[in-house]
This record gives sequence, structure tokens and C-alpha cells, in this order.
Amino acid sequence: MTVTSASQYFRILVTLSAMFLWGCDSYKADSLSERSLIYCSEGSPEILNPQLVTSGVTVDATSKQLYNQLIAFDVATNEVTPSIAKSWHVTQDNKKITFYLRRNVAFHHTQYFMPTRHLNADDVLFSFNRILDPSQVFHDVSGGKYPFFDSVGFADVIESLEKINEYTIRFNLKRADSSFLANLATDFSVILSREYAELLIRSNRLEDIDTLPIGTGPYKFKEYRTGSYIRYEPHTEYWEGQPKLQQLIFDITPSNTGRLTKLLAGECDVIGYPIAHKKINNNPLLTLEDVTAFNIGYLGFNTAKPPFNNKLIRRAVAHAINKQAILDTVYFGDAKAESANSILPPSSWAYAEDTHDIEYSVEQAELLLTQAGITDGLTIDLWAMPVQRAYNPDAVTMAKLIQADLQKIGITVNIISYNWQEFLRRLALGEHQSVLLGWSADHPDPDNFFTPLLSCGSAETGNNRTFWCNQQFEKLLQGALKITDVEQRKALYREAQKIAAEELPLFPIAHSKRFQARKISVKGDILHPFGGISFGGVEKQ
Amino acid sequence: MLVLTLLTFSLSFFFPGEQIINVTGQIDATPEQIALIALDYNKHESLIMQYWSYLVHLFNGDLGVSMASRIPIMDEMMSHLPATIELTTVALIIAMVVGIPIGFIAAIRHRKKTDDIILAVSMIGYSIPIFWLALLAILIFSIQLAWLPSAGQISLVYEIEQVTGILFFDILFSDNPYKWQAFQNASVHILLPACVVALAPATVFVRLARTSMLTVLDSHYIKAAMAKGLTFQQLIFRHAIKNAMVNVIRDVGLQFANLVTLAMVTEVIFNWPGIGNWLIQSIYQRDYTAIQGGLLALSSFIFIVHIFTDFIYASLNPLARGIKYGS
Repeated sequence: MTVTSASQYFRILVTLSAMFLWGCDSYKADSLSERSLIYCSEGSPEILNPQLVTSGVTVDATSKQLYNQLIAFDVATNEVTPSIAKSWHVTQDNKKITFYLRRNVAFHHTQYFMPTRHLNADDVLFSFNRILDPSQVFHDVSGGKYPFFDSVGFADVIESLEKINEYTIRFNLKRADSSFLANLATDFSVILSREYAELLIRSNRLEDIDTLPIGTGPYKFKEYRTGSYIRYEPHTEYWEGQPKLQQLIFDITPSNTGRLTKLLAGECDVIGYPIAHKKINNNPLLTLEDVTAFNIGYLGFNTAKPPFNNKLIRRAVAHAINKQAILDTVYFGDAKAESANSILPPSSWAYAEDTHDIEYSVEQAELLLTQAGITDGLTIDLWAMPVQRAYNPDAVTMAKLIQADLQKIGITVNIISYNWQEFLRRLALGEHQSVLLGWSADHPDPDNFFTPLLSCGSAETGNNRTFWCNQQFEKLLQGALKITDVEQRKALYREAQKIAAEELPLFPIAHSKRFQARKISVKGDILHPFGGISFGGVEKQ
Repeated sequence: MLVLTLLTFSLSFFFPGEQIINVTGQIDATPEQIALIALDYNKHESLIMQYWSYLVHLFNGDLGVSMASRIPIMDEMMSHLPATIELTTVALIIAMVVGIPIGFIAAIRHRKKTDDIILAVSMIGYSIPIFWLALLAILIFSIQLAWLPSAGQISLVYEIEQVTGILFFDILFSDNPYKWQAFQNASVHILLPACVVALAPATVFVRLARTSMLTVLDSHYIKAAMAKGLTFQQLIFRHAIKNAMVNVIRDVGLQFANLVTLAMVTEVIFNWPGIGNWLIQSIYQRDYTAIQGGLLALSSFIFIVHIFTDFIYASLNPLARGIKYGS
């Protein structure tokens, strides 16, 4: 009898828990979670305005969710396309750029701000004056540093900003700069609301402009708890059409394994920077995506000092390096990076398809060394950067691989590393002979690779760590900046790449990829080869 | 309790840094402000007076501010403690609902195969390290089967305003149109961590219930009842269970302390926003004010629960009251 009563008891228990679990299942049909998207991100944004930062975390969380730019980059071609500005006009001399704004761009309507008007030229003027005009009230708010705009010399290029009428605005430039449009299309050049700024001035809450953001993007800000989550609501009056999600949530999960677990347990719909790619690929409900980011990891030669002032020795070293082994070891195979043969990644419109890779050949290297008159070996210093970057996750290991490769052609390598600040300082002084370094572009204009890395100007400032200054190359770069026709620029950049490949001031190693994993039920483009992620066109099925 | 405050008070001297800052957490204060605070804490007087003013602050609910978040410790704890209470309560219920009946069954089937198996399994359950069990549970139920979530109290999808801090109550009292979905979601979230926390106490309950039931079954009144011709079922359900339960309840309080310790480890693994998780974060961040406050709060909590279960035991068992009166 007792056994029966006990089993009765358990039967009830099992039935109850079954009901409970079944109940949990039943909500899966058409529920809130079906219409909300959770993105597990890798870090907390320091502020909610990308004008003030260069950090990828902030850009991911804000630029394409909360804001719009005047113009944007096309996802497929990386060319500049309309956004808030429906069209623009550039004068013959490339010095006056006029933007014609859309008339139906609504700002976010939130609990802390109710806009009374749509976006107009005043807002654009306000947004750029915040950066350019030190006397503007908001210029010094939240630190008053605009690192991206400082790095591209924004203030030096712009002569003045003019409001032509309510929906037309003109940038007058001091000199022609064909990368200027690209700068305006980056994630940093967002448009803020002037009306909101005025409200904040009246209520004396200036800092709120960067912590309680108002923009025109597809999602509006709802709540942010540092280290925990960011909550967004759809912007119902968004000019490109209301987003299909009912909620967008950034679940801040800094641990790599934590994000993976949450993805596998179904708590995240999309995760950034996933680990265990095989595990994700093996799961039929998940998919792994990657884009080659606009960056380059390279081996730079100090061309101002022996022995690398000799082109033959540079080429010899390049031939002796087993690039595939580096990709396999440091970048974990092709999975994490693409082998580079030019400083431009292949997805750039200016990439020259006819650039040849320098083949791995010890014989060739030895031949070149003999031609250069090196017969009894050589000792060089190789500087390895002490920090991890996407374009070079482990420079010291890379340096060791190169050390072993060069040993085969009789070159002894001393690996040198300092702490990052010291490293950069000494590099700028040119104390190195060769260095493992890299570069991440701020925008896809090819000039953003060539000018900072290889121009004579940056060789003077020490930014060009190869100190290579080739007049012919320089002329091509200058020429390409003065014209706007893409085909003509392409031709000039192809020529420039040919010179760089021949002279080899730096040996390109890899363009790393950026990864993202998502449930297959999430549709739409999130990851772009360039800049921050975007949830504007995303939906769940 | 006093000994405990003495301990936390002396801790503030042993931690690196200025004692007054360790107590109050005012790391950004100007020297003038520090001087004021020092005056407030009778810093210029003897240690005993300092300790006394520390106690006065404690009784006023002033535990200082967190060095990491600059939020008063009291508020931090008030927002984290309910989550722990929720987790431990659910775990305790699971442990009792599962453990006690199994213990009774073992006692009834004393010296038979069922008894042996139950004892063996409960021994294994008791000896499994909790962090390992938690990770294993996540590995199986979250990662492999994807049945249950692995982290947090509720999906971020649902916005529940914190009123009582006990999530289930907050959901029920909220006017969120999706509250039933939220309720189910929260239930699914608590299931895995609660089961992990419950395992070890459940095995203890199995053994407690078994011993207690064996004693009861061996007692004279049961033998008398049996002689009167009651069926075995009547015997167990009418007489044995109630009397056996009394002894088990007495130990629930003891188990609670154990449960809170287990919950702290589990909270970290399941990223449960409770006081254990908060306390361990504070240790990582060297947030001394938070460590002292958290220590005090947790111990007081366990202390209160002990008293509480003693009362329940007394109300259930007239004998316990009788002894008190007698002594």
C-alpha cells in the first residue's frame, strides 16, 4: 500500500512538473521573445555618442542603431550612398560640397524628449559645430575630445559650414580632399538633435546629450545598465520604415565562453566575436558569419636604416617567410584571417586584382641575398608589438616563426618588445630595423590605408613606421585625392599598389576577419565589412 | 551577532588602506570630508568608542557606500538579497519535496534493496562538488539539450520593475501585458540553479527523514496503534509522518546556512544576480566596504532564519515548548 501511495505522490509530482514545462513550451508561439532580439555583446560602451570615441564597442551599440549619418557606405560596394542627405553635389574644384536633406526624418520620441519638428539643416550644423567650434556649449561636454575627427584633421580641412536653407547645407573646404565624403559617412559622423540640445541647456543637463541619446536611427534608447544590458525600442517613425523587431537588447557578456553558452542555450539570438567555430558550425540551428575587416597586419621595414634600405634584402626576407604557417598558427588557419598580398583588403574597390603574392621560396631568398652582397649572414632586430589586435592576435609568436624562417637563409633575428607606449614612442623615433604592426582603417576609402601607412607626410611625423618616401608613389596618392571619379582613382591606386609591391617597404601578412554567430531564425544583414553592426533591417522568423 | 560586528570592525583595520575609508567606502572624499567622517565615527577617541559609533551607524542602516559602484551598501544588498532568498527558498522547497518523501520510503523499506539504493544515491549526491555539478548541469541541459537557460533570473526580453525584489512577486504585481510569459520564463530560469542548490540538502533530508521515521516506527505508540489493527497506510499517514516531520523541521534551519553557502557558488556560475554573486564580485574588485557589509548581512540573514525555524519547530512540537517551560 505504501508503495502505491508513494507512487501516487510521484505521479502527481511528475504531472505537475510536466504541466509546468509544457506551459513553458507553449509560450514559444507568438510571444514577446519571438519579436525581441538579444545580441550578446563583448563590452559596455563608455558613452552613447560615437562622436566622442573610437572604440568598437560604442560604435556597435550606437552608430547604426540610434543614429544616422548624412551619407552612408553601401554594404555591397563600399561606395558612398545617400542617408539623411538624399543627394549631394560636389563642385568642380572639389572644394564645396552641398547636401540636400530629406524632409521626413523624424527624431526619437521618448519619455525624456518629445520632438516638435523633423530634422533640418540646423541639426546638421549643430552636430558638426559641436566638433569644430570650441566656443559651442556642447564642445567640452563629456570630455570634449573627438579622436576620430582629430585623427583625420577634420578641422583643418573645413573652411566653413553654411546653411543654405532649411534643408540644404554646404561644407566649404580649404583644399580638395576626396576622402572627405568617406569621413562624413563613417560611424562617427552622426547627426544629433538641436532641439534636444536646447532643451538640455534650458534644464541644465548638458551631459545627458551623450547618456540619454536622441537620434534619428532605427531604434531609440530605452535603458542602459553599465555591465548588464542596453535596451532599445523601435523608432516607429523611422524614415526608412519601422524596424520589424519589437525590442532590441544588448546583453553585455564580456566572457567568451559565457557568450557561447548563452548562444547554445538559446538565450542570445546573435553573439559577437564567437569562439569554438566548429561547435557553432555543427549545430543545425546556428550559423557562423564572417567578413574580412578593413585592416592589415604587416611586417614593416625601416627603409631609412641599413640593412633594410636595400630593396633586395627586403624582398629576400619576404621570400623567406612562410606566410601560410603564420596564418595557421597565429590566425588559426584561414578561418580567422585572409592572406594579404596588398595593403588593401580584397574587398576594397581600389584593390588591384593583378597584385601577385610573393611566393615562399628559400632559394629565391638566398639568390636575392647573394645579389645584395650578403654572403656571411646578417643579424637584424625585429620588433613585435606587445598588445593583441584583431589584425595581429599574437605578434610575439609571429616573430618567433619569422625568426625560424630567416634562420634558414642565414639571418639571425633578435626579437624586441617594449610596453605599448614605449614601443610606439621608440618606433616613431625610428629606432627599429623591422617591426610587426598593423592598421585598422576608419573608413573604406583606400586613402585611409595609403596615406597613414606609406606617405612621405606621415614618414615625417613618424606615423609611417617604414620611413619610406617615394616621390612617384606620393604623386599618385596626391593625385587620387584631388579627383572624385572612382575609375580614375582606381587606376591611380592600382599604380600605387604596383610600386608598393615592387619596392616592398612593408610586407603584408594578413587581413583578419570579424566573426559573428546567430540563430538561423534571425534574418537580415548585421555584420558589415566596415564599421559597426546594424540591426536596422533585421527580423526574426 | 556582536562578535560578528567585532570581526567586521576589526577587518576594516586589517584591510589595506585607511580604516575610515574601508568602513565608509568614501574613496573620492576630499581631506576635509574625510575629517568630517572621522569625527562622525569618533576616530579621535578610544577603540571602544570607535567600535560603539560603528555599531550606532550599523543600527541606523548605514554600512557605507560601495567602493566600486558608489551606491550605499544597504541599497546594494536590498537589491541583491531578494534574489538569493528566492533561489534558496525554491531550492529548499525542492529539497524538502523530493528529499523527505524519499527518506520516508527508505525508512519504510528499511533494510531492503530500495533502502540501500536510496542511501547509496544520496551519498553520491552529497559528495558531488557543487560547482562541478552546476557546470555539468549547464553542459547537459543548456548546451547539449538547449532545454534550460544557463544564466540570469529572467530573459532580458521582459522588463519587470523591481518592487519587492522577489522576482515572482514582482511579475505577478506588474502590469506588464506579457506577465504570464515572463512568469514562465522566470520559472524556467530558476529551475536549473535551484535544482543544483537543492541536491546536497535533499540528500541530507533523505537521511534525516529516514532516521526520524525509523525512530518513530520503532516507538511504542506506533506499536500500540498497530496492535489496535490500523492498516499500514493509516498508520503511516495519520501518525508516523507528522511525528517524523517534527524532527526534520528542526534541522531545516541548520540546512539553511548550508544552502546559502551553496547558493553563493551557484549564483556565480549561473550569473544569478544575488548577494553571493555580488559579494564575490566585490572580493574581485577589492571593495572592502562591500565585503564587510555583505558578510554582516549574510550572517544576520542566516541567524534570522535559524530563529524563525526554531519558532516553527516549537509551534509544531508541543514537547519542545514543554521542555522550555520545564527548564
